[in-house]
Amino acid sequence: MAEVKLISLKKTFGNITAVNEINLDIRDKEFFVLLGPTGAGKTTTLRLVAGLEKPDKGEIYLENVLVNKFSPAIRDVAFVFQYYTLYPHYTVRQNLEFPLRSNLRKTPKDEINRTVGEISKILHIEHLMDRQTINLSGGEMQRVAIGRAIVRHPKVFLMDEPLSNLDAKLREEMRAELARLHLDLGSTFFYVTHDQVEAMTMGDRIGVLNEGNMLQTGAPDEIYNKPRNVFVAKFVGSPVINLLDSEIVGEKLIIGRRDRAMECTLTDLQCKIVGNAKSKNVILGIRPEDILVTREKKEINSFECSVYFKQSMGVEDILNLKVTDELIFRAIAPPKLMVEVGETLYANFQMSRSHIFDFESGERLELNN
Amino acid sequence: MAEIVLENIMKRFGSLVAVNDLNLDIKNKEFVVLLGPSGCGKTTTLRMISGLELPDEGKILLDGEDVTFKRASQRDIAFVFQLYALYPLMTVYGNMSFPLRTQGYSKAKINEEVNRAAEILKIKHILNKKPKELAGGDMQRVALGRALVRRPKVFLLDEPIGTLDAKFREEMRTELKKLHVDVGATTVYVTHDQIEAMSMGDKVVIMNKGLLQQVGTPQEIYNDPKNLFVAKFIGSPGMNFINCTAVKNESGKVYLKIAAVNDSIHIPENLQILILDKNMVEKELILGVRPEDISLEFKEKEDYIKSEVFIIETLGSYNIIDIKMGIETVKVRTLPVVVPDIGTKAFIGFDMQRIKLFDKETENSIM
Repeated sequence: MAEVKLISLKKTFGNITAVNEINLDIRDKEFFVLLGPTGAGKTTTLRLVAGLEKPDKGEIYLENVLVNKFSPAIRDVAFVFQYYTLYPHYTVRQNLEFPLRSNLRKTPKDEINRTVGEISKILHIEHLMDRQTINLSGGEMQRVAIGRAIVRHPKVFLMDEPLSNLDAKLREEMRAELARLHLDLGSTFFYVTHDQVEAMTMGDRIGVLNEGNMLQTGAPDEIYNKPRNVFVAKFVGSPVINLLDSEIVGEKLIIGRRDRAMECTLTDLQCKIVGNAKSKNVILGIRPEDILVTREKKEINSFECSVYFKQSMGVEDILNLKVTDELIFRAIAPPKLMVEVGETLYANFQMSRSHIFDFESGERLELNN
Repeated sequence: MAEIVLENIMKRFGSLVAVNDLNLDIKNKEFVVLLGPSGCGKTTTLRMISGLELPDEGKILLDGEDVTFKRASQRDIAFVFQLYALYPLMTVYGNMSFPLRTQGYSKAKINEEVNRAAEILKIKHILNKKPKELAGGDMQRVALGRALVRRPKVFLLDEPIGTLDAKFREEMRTELKKLHVDVGATTVYVTHDQIEAMSMGDKVVIMNKGLLQQVGTPQEIYNDPKNLFVAKFIGSPGMNFINCTAVKNESGKVYLKIAAVNDSIHIPENLQILILDKNMVEKELILGVRPEDISLEFKEKEDYIKSEVFIIETLGSYNIIDIKMGIETVKVRTLPVVVPDIGTKAFIGFDMQRIKLFDKETENSIM
């Protein structure tokens, strides 16, 4: 059982609060991803768990044991860094054997051989075992670095953007491999990244961190479909969610603070939600795939617009649609619709898939608040 | 007007051929992206257009005029810029007016140009702020504004957003595309990131090892890659490649034998004719199929290949499911609601109107 529990964890550097009283409960065998922009406090959090930094305040539990006072060596965690830290003139085999050979462990020779053999198979590096690591490609090196973390069978893996230095193709492959490795090993992964795609694709749960504050934790689909605030909504999902300044007037939502060009009919649930809202000024969040593009006007929430520009991604087209000069938003259309720039179309807002946030606080409006 | 023509350009560095006999037409107002891995010759090409590097052979024409051996400053149309690095102590106005002040323009002219650029970029309201007071997106807009005030006829950009966070890069892609739509200057943009190329380029030029691989609109290079290199480079997740052999039976019908599972699938008549025409029977082929052109079933079906669910990647608006088909892994794009258990037996079928066939030996498309 390898849970990680953080209680009111705080760390400051000078007058900068890197980690601001965060609480976190990472379950045994979970793949937990801490997601946030540069400077959010992600790496600091990971380093606190590893024991490489000391917290100003708060408690860190590994397997229900308070480890604040433990040195990194006895916390039994393995750290995989962004930059692979291998011994360049050792062979892959020697690099993998190294953690087991240390005086602390004194693993018998045949056990070392067996463990290293198994791991090379899992990571598909059997053919590289006798090469010097200096002669490996980036992806191969990162695999060896992960391998070296695995050989010790640590309870918890801490990974700090391990894929960020790989090229796009390799990153894509390694994502799936890491997710599967996690399943096969059955260990707890605590993974840090600024890339929402990595978080969404690999994480069992995601924690979104910004400026040291934990904004939301939840399964990928929860984070995606019920973002708790504007920041989370914007940070997760690609192409980015549309965030449109709006005002509530009765049971209608008027989009466009100045132009007031679009009048949306809210769903029954949304009517109840905005009925309780303190302010009538809101932000409508609607993802590009939740705006259906048609050539005919539909009955409800169907707005005439022109195609400002188009981004052909191959699998789909991202359309930038213009209602007025101030009101531009993105929608997704299938390439077979053959949309032309300048063409007049209808954007159909699927309001049941939309999100309403308070304009001032940026917090999601819900029935109970 | 700003048209660029490259004719038979060669550039060598010692024994290395950086750019090998490149021909390229860049039309007025076009956004052209030079795309390829590091070392493919894309940056060298850009530097030759700007005049920072001279070709060993060939010609460069700007609006019909031969500028091959003109200095960068004499070309007067090119401007390579980076999107970060604002002067921290200057206001936005100070930053944006800087290039004009150094060239000795009048106050009134500077004012007019800065306001024009600020109008286009919608940053008039922050002209008096300092960079540190700005949100990231605004900062990038100011950097763009600094380039815009000079009204260059051609923008030359070399990986301008490569070092930014993923999220920010995405915003900047939209911002740059929008700027191009609004300003309409000829743009040559260098990147190794296919998403940038697809999302911004009117035309994408793919290079590898100094050689031009393919030129086309994003849609063209996505739908009809000329060779395996292009097919591998474009698309995320990338195209799946499946080793197979074309086999002809006694009645003259052509099938594809899939190596990894030792199973055969029917192919439509147009592909059969193509394979016969190109003499590819009994030759090793690579079947290329994009993740969105594969359907996933959990019951046996004709021409569906038996496989197993390896891992699921959820992305919110869609899922990518990795399928193990024998020793090969195939990525399938599905709706977000498709979430089979890991290890489930599955069957995959290919959209036969969308598959690509490559000759394994030459790596060229046979289509």
